This record gives sequence, structure tokens and C-alpha cells, in this order.
Amino acid sequence: METSSEAFTTLAATLIDRVKSRGATEADVLVAEGDSVSVQVRLASVDCLSKAREKSLGLRVFFGKRSASASTSDFSNESLDRLVADTCELAKAVAEDETSGLPDAAAMATDVPDLDLCDPTTLTVDQEIHLAQRAEQAAMNVDARITNSDGADCSSAHGAVVLANTHGFVGRYRSSRFSLSVAPVAEGSNGQSMQRDSWYTVSRKYRELESPESIGEIAASRTLRRLGARKVGTQRVPVIFDPETAESLLGHLSSAISGYSLYKSASFLLGQLGKPIAPEYVHVEDNALLPGKLGSRPFDAEGLPTRQTMVVENGRLVSYLLDTYSGRKLGMASTGNAARSVGDSPSVSPTNFFFHPGTLSPDEIIRSVKQGLLVTELIGFGVNLVTGDYSRGASGFWIENGELAYPVEEVTIAGNLKRMFQDVESIGNDLVFRGKLASPTLKIREMTVAGQ
Amino acid sequence: MSEQDVDLERFSLQEREVAQALARVNVRDVDYADIYFESTISEAVSMEEGIVKRAVKSISQGAGVRATAGEKTGFAYSDELSRRDLESAADTARYIANSPQGETPVGISVTPCPAKTQNLYPLDPSNADVPTHERVDLLTLIDQEARRYDPRITKVMASVNTESKTMMVATTEGLRVGDVQPLSRLQVTCIAEDGHNRQVGTFGGGGRVGFSFYHEEERARSYAREAARQAILNLEAVDAPAGIMPVVLGSGWPGILLHEAIGHGLEADFNRKKTSAFSHLLGQRVASEECTIVDDGTLPFRRGSLNIDDEGTPTTRTVLIERGILHGYITDRLNARLMGIPLTGNGRREDFRSVVLPRMTNTFMLAGTSDPADIIRSVKKGLYAVSFGGGQVDITNGKFVFSASEAYLIEDGKVTKPVKGATLIGNGPDILKRVSMVGHDLQLDSGVGTCGKEGQSVPVGVGLPTIRIDEITVGGTSA
Repeated sequence: METSSEAFTTLAATLIDRVKSRGATEADVLVAEGDSVSVQVRLASVDCLSKAREKSLGLRVFFGKRSASASTSDFSNESLDRLVADTCELAKAVAEDETSGLPDAAAMATDVPDLDLCDPTTLTVDQEIHLAQRAEQAAMNVDARITNSDGADCSSAHGAVVLANTHGFVGRYRSSRFSLSVAPVAEGSNGQSMQRDSWYTVSRKYRELESPESIGEIAASRTLRRLGARKVGTQRVPVIFDPETAESLLGHLSSAISGYSLYKSASFLLGQLGKPIAPEYVHVEDNALLPGKLGSRPFDAEGLPTRQTMVVENGRLVSYLLDTYSGRKLGMASTGNAARSVGDSPSVSPTNFFFHPGTLSPDEIIRSVKQGLLVTELIGFGVNLVTGDYSRGASGFWIENGELAYPVEEVTIAGNLKRMFQDVESIGNDLVFRGKLASPTLKIREMTVAGQ
Repeated sequence: MSEQDVDLERFSLQEREVAQALARVNVRDVDYADIYFESTISEAVSMEEGIVKRAVKSISQGAGVRATAGEKTGFAYSDELSRRDLESAADTARYIANSPQGETPVGISVTPCPAKTQNLYPLDPSNADVPTHERVDLLTLIDQEARRYDPRITKVMASVNTESKTMMVATTEGLRVGDVQPLSRLQVTCIAEDGHNRQVGTFGGGGRVGFSFYHEEERARSYAREAARQAILNLEAVDAPAGIMPVVLGSGWPGILLHEAIGHGLEADFNRKKTSAFSHLLGQRVASEECTIVDDGTLPFRRGSLNIDDEGTPTTRTVLIERGILHGYITDRLNARLMGIPLTGNGRREDFRSVVLPRMTNTFMLAGTSDPADIIRSVKKGLYAVSFGGGQVDITNGKFVFSASEAYLIEDGKVTKPVKGATLIGNGPDILKRVSMVGHDLQLDSGVGTCGKEGQSVPVGVGLPTIRIDEITVGGTSA
């Protein structure tokens, strides 16, 4: 892939020359390529295997303050000619936008740090089948009530991106991703509903994947513990989010502090910069530079250097997440959080975005609750980022006198995100990076649980 | 353009090259193999702050090669359409079969395209692709209309997305069939502000239609007014109630209930694997006598409609639930074959990069006999929900949610205050048993639905008459 990376760098330079000769004042080109192998095994035999290799190229041009983007997966000369012509024509059809343009030339990243994002290990289809089979078998072996499986998936992917612009910036890096997951199904006794849950491991490094056996065993225990779940009465109680579900709260936070939400007045955190949005023991960090992590990147989608940014410090909102455009809209500098799909203009996304861990263990947090709900799964989209109104389907465990009493399903939890962040009562010590967003166990003082 | 007009030449390929790739994959243990060719051109133009500042065009093409052997599927795709790329994909796809390389391929006889069965979205080519400035003008009109609705509308965001997908399927059974599938969607979001109170409203529509659709019947203006109306209405919304209560669902888009509560659970793959809460319920009562629910891919110009599915099977109308009794599943070829049940034309894929799965098209409940006003009058204290955001379901335990974005309290048979958005949660195999009244006002949604499954998004439609659900859990904050 190293060779095609070089070929794509040359291709990007050629395209930039071509749009300049058509009168474009600025431009950038993003080329991405990748290959992947994935298998799904179900009840020990192969359900699906797939293999892919793909590439795409995105071109963004500026004619003064007008701009447009286009992309293609066809790299033939004829197709690229059309891409150049189409993009230039599109740009002339849109309105002038005073804020548009590339970042300042002086701000471009000057070196590309090696963040250890690529493990060149390639897995064969047979190796992946074997890993998936081991994970599923481990799950099936845990208990006779695990009677079925929704399958085990194993996949590996390698990719490369090249970004170049008219400021002379050229950056490229490669990355990899390996994952293994399994979803067992358990049959309950006398009329209990069937339950499914899953567990996974994902990493940029093959050797950092957890063992298939441990994934299978955890998946099985997560599934079994749901059997016999019931509804609870409608009431206001403390709610504990386990790390998997607490992560989604970080997702809402990152959307609410994205420059795009803010300049469109579409955020419940509008006007909160510098103000306390959570208790003083809450700290949230965005850090693109953690070696080997899934959210890391050596430069952002505009070619700006990436960095570590404290977003919430001692409970105060101290930074938004910005790219050049949304930053200019708000009169601020980019925080290096530009992200984009190949054919589109940039938007903002967090890199590795996480709560700093607290001191209490998850058990200690559960013990602090007399009556309440531990949430382990959320479904639905009942989150209004403009107002912060929050209402989602939940399942988990009822807590009685500091102990898990029984599994709960078919309830909703509701509140308002602004209030929920103010009401973070404790943060666990169990921070583990399993994706771009990472949270320890989180306890919210009170929410409405609706059930019976 | 009609479906017959799509041929291999469109993809710069010859029959011989395709036949060779298919022969390569069609080793002895392979039951079936196909190659799906796709070329999609899409354009998105969007407006905010009163100006159109974003225009994006994308061209995507490639082919996916798939082989099935028993329950196994082998799949590979490539964004190159050369003979070499097709053959290499074929070699991967056949890996699932227990045949060594070099096994004598089974011969294939090619049959011509089947006779044209339907043309659900005949488009005047001049209407299919319009110059960008016409899109800009449409969005400008929307911005003005929304702002005119009320001075408290402070932000208007609108976008128009159009796509033309040309697809063709070549199978080891000799089928060669293609289709040109237009798809278009116009979406408007308004933000209303009154002091520190800030609210959002959204509305949109579209289908497998040409651009003039938005000018006909003043649709564009009405979408703008509708988004503005919802945002203004929400300024006065009170906290939603929490707990079990009767809920009246308005006609149209609230049909998302059917999509989540029962539609996914009736997709054949989950039932073949016996991981659906509906797996053992065929022939049993899963809804009240009032409920007859169909999935229909044959409605002209609808977002969820298709002339043929992505395996070349003509789409059909499938009765899922008939007068409350679970009648059938929706299928693709693999699952229909393995389960020995009829092929319903629901084999769909997001694009050439994705495998085929059984998916819904347009899913709706047939009209009943009640007057919608009587349905509301029948409720002493409950919720009237007329517009929804998304929904989701846990297929295995049957629990589903869908979130209201416009809802009102019903007090003593009258619709009173608007309430804030709230999620409704229930159990798929039970909820429709509690439907006690079905209105005569069946409506389909305006054409904005997108369904996600295993990471693949496909356009779908839903529809519903006004219905009364005797009890469902409403997830508000007001306990």
C-alpha cells in the first residue's frame, strides 16, 4: 500500500494543478484507500465472509469565496477530468460565503507525528474464521441456557489517507483496525423472553485484541444476566450508566460543543463557554495524540496539527471542538478537530474523547444507591440536542439497598442533558478505551424512570 | 428510462466477461451466485443562514460478487470493473464452497431479461437532473417561506439530495436485469427562539421522483411552513407525562411503530436463525382483529418502492398480519430458499459494497372504519402523538422504542397542550393486541424514512391510519 500512497500523492498534486489552471484560488484533495477481510461465523459454521478493496478521491475547490466538493471511486483519466469540471462548475453555482476557505497557510501541520496507528499484520480468512469460532464456542460453553447465537464476527482492515492542498501541505498516514465480537442468545425458562447481548474487542493492534475465550465468556454472562427481566414502576431515582452507555453521553456532549451546532444555535450548551456545566470533579479531554488509540490522528481533515484539548476542566466548559470554518463563525481558532468523509466539506468530530476517571469502583457506586437503576443498554433516538431533552429506552438492573436485585427491561429514562451533566454525582475509576469515546461508570443524581 | 435500457454496456462490460466471472464462482457446491453492478451519481445542495454555501457531488461505481452454498455466503466487491477484478472477486466469493480451486465449473445458460413487469417511477429525463441553480432557487424559496411564518424563526437550514442509481444483476440462473432508481429528498429544519427558550422543528419529503415534485402542490412551501410550525409549537410545550397510558397515533409517519414493533421482527433472516421474538408465532394472534399490515414495494413514486429488488426479483405486496394473525415473513432469495417460503422481492442492499438482506419497502396498516375524531374523543387521559423522530428495536426480546417529536395531551377526549418529545416503549409481539380502534384515514409518510440494519441504510416508507393503543409506556419526565 506504501507504493499506492505515493502514487496518490502524485495524483493529488496533479489534480491541484489542474483546478488551479481553471482559475480555482484554493483547493484540497483527499484520497483514501483501504482493504478489509471480515467473516461471520454462526453456530460454528461460516455464515458470511467478505473481502474488499476500495478507494475514493475527494476534491474541494474554492473560487474566491465560493466552494464545492465532489468525489469519485473511479480514478480513470476520463472520470477525473469530469470530476474537475463538475466541481468547478458546482462552485460557481453556490453563493459567496465570506467565512469559507482553507486554514491559514501558517497554521498547517509541519510534521506528521508517528502515532503508531498501523499494525501491518494481515489475517487470512481461515485465521479469522478460527478466532470467531473460538469466541462463539466459548460463549456457548458457558451455560446450557445459551441455546442459540446471532453469530461471531471477526474483521481486519488496513487503510491509508493522503491529504494535499494549495498551501503546499501534503500529509499521509496509514492505519489498521482489528475486531472480534460475539452475540449469544439465551432461552429463559417458563415464558421469560429470549435475550441477546454481545461483547467485543477492538484495537489498532492485532496483538492487543483480548482473547476470543474472554470475549465469548463475557458475552455469555451479559446475555444470561438479562433473563427474567421485568418492568419497574414509574418513579424518580438515581441512575447509574455503565461505561458502555455512559459513552453515549460523551457523544451528546461532543455534538453539543461542535462549532457547527453552536453557530447554528442548535446546542443546549450555547453560551456556556467558561461556565460550569458539571460539578468541579468532572474533567473531559479530547486527545488526538494518544499512541495507538482508535481516535488518534496525526493531522486533521484540513491538514492542521492535532492536539490535546481540555474541554471540561473542574466542571467548567473551557473549549469547544472546532474546525476552521466553524471557528471563524465563532471568532475562534480551530482546535484541530476537522473530520470529513472523502467527498464532503469538513465537519467536526472528537478524537479520543473521555472523562477523566474518578476514585470510586463501580461496586462502590452501586452500593451508594438505595433504590435506583443501573443502565447497561440504551435504545432509540430520543435526544434533542437543541434543548437537551432526553428520553431513551433502557434496560439494566434494579438496585435495592446497594445491591443488584433483578434485571429490568422495557423502561425509559428521561431528563435533560444540561441538568444531567450538572447532576453527575460520581465518576468511576474504571476508564478503559474501547473506542473513540471512553467513559468510566457514571452516576446521575436523579432521572425519571418510566415503566409500569 | 425503463429497466430494459440498462445493459452491461452501461458498465463497459461484455456478456462474455460477466459469464466468465460467474462460471468461475459457480463451482459444484455453490447453490447460487450473482454479480451486482452499480453506478450512482448523487448531488447534495444545502443552505443555512439564508445562503446556499454547500454543494457536493459524488460518483460511485463498482460490483459486488456473491456466492451462496447452503447457509454460507461468500462476498467480495471491487470499485474496478475490469475482467481481472471481477475474477478476483469471484475467487473470494467461492471460497465458502467446499470445492478445490480448478473444479470444473457448472455451465450457465443465459436467458434474456424477463418481460418488464412494472415501471413505478417513470421519469422524464429532463426532470431527473436539473441544473444546480434550480436547486439553489428552491432552497431560497424555502428559507423565505419559513421566516415569513413567524418572526421567532431565527435559523432555517434546508437541503436537497438527489441520486440516480443504475443497477444490474447477473445471476448463475441466467438472469440479466437492471433498473434505474431515482431518489430525492428535501429536508427543512427551523429553529425558533423566544427569549432563552429555543426549539427545533423539522419536516421533509421526497420519493423516487423528479425535481418538479417539490413545486407541485406547493410541496416545498408546505415543508417550510410545517418545519416552522413545529418549532413554534414546541416553544409552548410542557413536560411529557411518564408511565402507562392510552396513546392515539396520528396517521402517516407514526407508522414507524409498525416498522419497529413488528416489521424488523418479520424479516426472514432473524426467523431462520430463530433469534426473533416472532420466530414461533406464525399463524398466531399478534395483533387485534382491527389490524391488517402489509409491506408493499409496488407503490408508484414512493421512497420505499422498487421495480425489482437487488436480486432482480420484482417487488410485491406481502401481507404480514391479516386481521391480527401473523401471516408471513419478508424474504430475500437465500432465506426464502433455506426456509422453503415464498420469495417476496425484499432482498435489498445499500450498495455494491454490502451484502443482500431481507429488508422492508413501504410498511403500513390498512384503513379501518373509525372516525379519527371519535378515536381522540374515546380517550379520557392520554397522549396524541402525530410526528416522530427515529425508532429502534431489539429483535430478540421484541422491545422497541420510537420517539415523538410532536405530541399533545388528551384530556377528557380533547387535544390540549403540546408536550416535549418523549420516547414510547413497548413489546413488539404484544403492542398491536392493544390496538382497539383503527381510523379510516390511512396515510403514507411524506418520503423521508431511512432504515438501518447491520450498518446498511436503505430508503423505506411507512404508513398508518389514526389508531388507538389502549396502553403503552410513555417516557416523559413528569412522573
